[in-house]
Amino acid sequence: MDLRELYQQVIVDHNRNPRNFKELPPPCSHAEGHNPLCGDKVTVYVHVEDDVIQDVTFQGDGCAISVASASLMTEHLKGKTLSQEKDLFESVHDALTKKDSEIDLMHFGKLGVLANVKNFPMRVKCATLCWHTLEAALANQKSVTTE
Amino acid sequence: MSKSAHNLETFFDVERYRKDFPALHQEVHGKPLAYLDNAATAQKPQQVIDAISNYYSNHNSNVHRGVHTLSGRATDLYEGSREKIAKYINAKSTKEIIFTKGATEALNLLAYSFGEHAISAGDEIIVSGMEHHSNLVPWQLLCQRKNAILKILPITKKGELDLALLPELISDKTKLISVVHTSNALGTVNPIEDIINIAHTQNIPVAIDGSQALPHTAVDMQALDADFFIFTGHKMFGPTGVGVLYGKEAWLEKLPPYQGGGDMIRTVSYTHSEYNDLPYRFEAGTPNIAGVIGLGAAVDYIQNIGIHNIQAYETELLNYATEKALAFDGLNIIGQAEHKSGVLSFTIDGVHPHDIGTIVDFEGVAIRTGHHCAMPVMNFFNVPATARASFAFYNTFSEVDALFVALEKTKDMLF
Repeated sequence: MDLRELYQQVIVDHNRNPRNFKELPPPCSHAEGHNPLCGDKVTVYVHVEDDVIQDVTFQGDGCAISVASASLMTEHLKGKTLSQEKDLFESVHDALTKKDSEIDLMHFGKLGVLANVKNFPMRVKCATLCWHTLEAALANQKSVTTE
Repeated sequence: MSKSAHNLETFFDVERYRKDFPALHQEVHGKPLAYLDNAATAQKPQQVIDAISNYYSNHNSNVHRGVHTLSGRATDLYEGSREKIAKYINAKSTKEIIFTKGATEALNLLAYSFGEHAISAGDEIIVSGMEHHSNLVPWQLLCQRKNAILKILPITKKGELDLALLPELISDKTKLISVVHTSNALGTVNPIEDIINIAHTQNIPVAIDGSQALPHTAVDMQALDADFFIFTGHKMFGPTGVGVLYGKEAWLEKLPPYQGGGDMIRTVSYTHSEYNDLPYRFEAGTPNIAGVIGLGAAVDYIQNIGIHNIQAYETELLNYATEKALAFDGLNIIGQAEHKSGVLSFTIDGVHPHDIGTIVDFEGVAIRTGHHCAMPVMNFFNVPATARASFAFYNTFSEVDALFVALEKTKDMLF
């Protein structure tokens, strides 16, 4: 296995220059995600109006995989409906965590670069942390951990 | 490799000792394994593996129980380990050696039993700012239970204890000082002799967490005069699931039991129990017999090499790694104490430690990345995590080279 499968150029780019890396002011909701195993911390901010994600941003401190995953997530979800978000969360989660998943992330544009993370089991939680955190923000929970 | 390093590797026959450690001889991702995560747990020599296997194959039986031959043999092996360990750390008596399932249990035992004996509302306990969670959280729990106060001896930017502040922290309410000997996160070797002296002038007992020190240095309980000393087996080439609480007999005699059950009692009725003598009073239930026997074999193994030889070699190894680290562009060493042992903790600008860990693993190099069970230390240095290479006497100068070659790849991969 080549390490470049994990650290693809898109991931390296989004890690170096994360998109939507900022706070959103209230009344938008936000949640903090924490992976106590590695110390990764991410805060996801989301502004929803009429069941549409008007804006979604993040801040935090994490490895390349977790930062790139969050950056790609925010880029992908802006303007999507809540039900589209729900489907996408389930697809990403399924593709990364289920061994025999039939979901191909390549159908989801740039998010396809996350597909190989499942070949690095120790790093799956890095990629899924921001997605769980977004779910928590949408459900108005304050915090979530991947442990 | 420097010339002096070469000479030392010849003087200290590292290849000979490496042969004793089966786990070292394997490839990871097609590269020879360089195991540099010894502060998390050390590898086990064949002698330790054999001692455990021999016990289960030939002598397996419960201890202190039966009159039959196997029970006698198991008891002899178990108590023989206690004698070896007591002698190795120069305890006055085997009564002072209590086997636990690790340093964490030893510290919880101490926090509970000492707390029941000596701590009331408003009393104070001092720990240092560089403790492993295992020497912090049990005291927090005790303080919550008793409405007592936990005070923290601060660390400096170099990663040393700010000893000058200790006298100010001590008050007439101070009942115990519990400090780590060698920091697993920073490698700092603390001046525990000075801390014990300062505390004892005011009749305050001292507990030392020696888990990270024992694999690298000699300790002498009678010379040190610590009241309690805690260490784990698995970091000193013994098995997991076994540790030691050393306590001065006079102290242990005063402390109430931690857990009740078999082996810790002399007589039991439905309403009352009379407790057993030291050290059995603190060893309720069937102990980790194989683990204790394995730890005894680990002590034999260390003694055969000689802890002073180990220390001399490891000092050179750490110096060599530190020199390379200082020359590495963008690398920041976390913890630059005057006295360090076995640990090189660091960050690299623009690369998260977790990515460092994955990338060097692909080069066969095993290091720890994360907070090393010392989150307050990470907060102090304002880093979420560090990468940590930690050494044992079986590591080589070439493995240090392999680490730094692997670290160069993090830049290729992420920039």
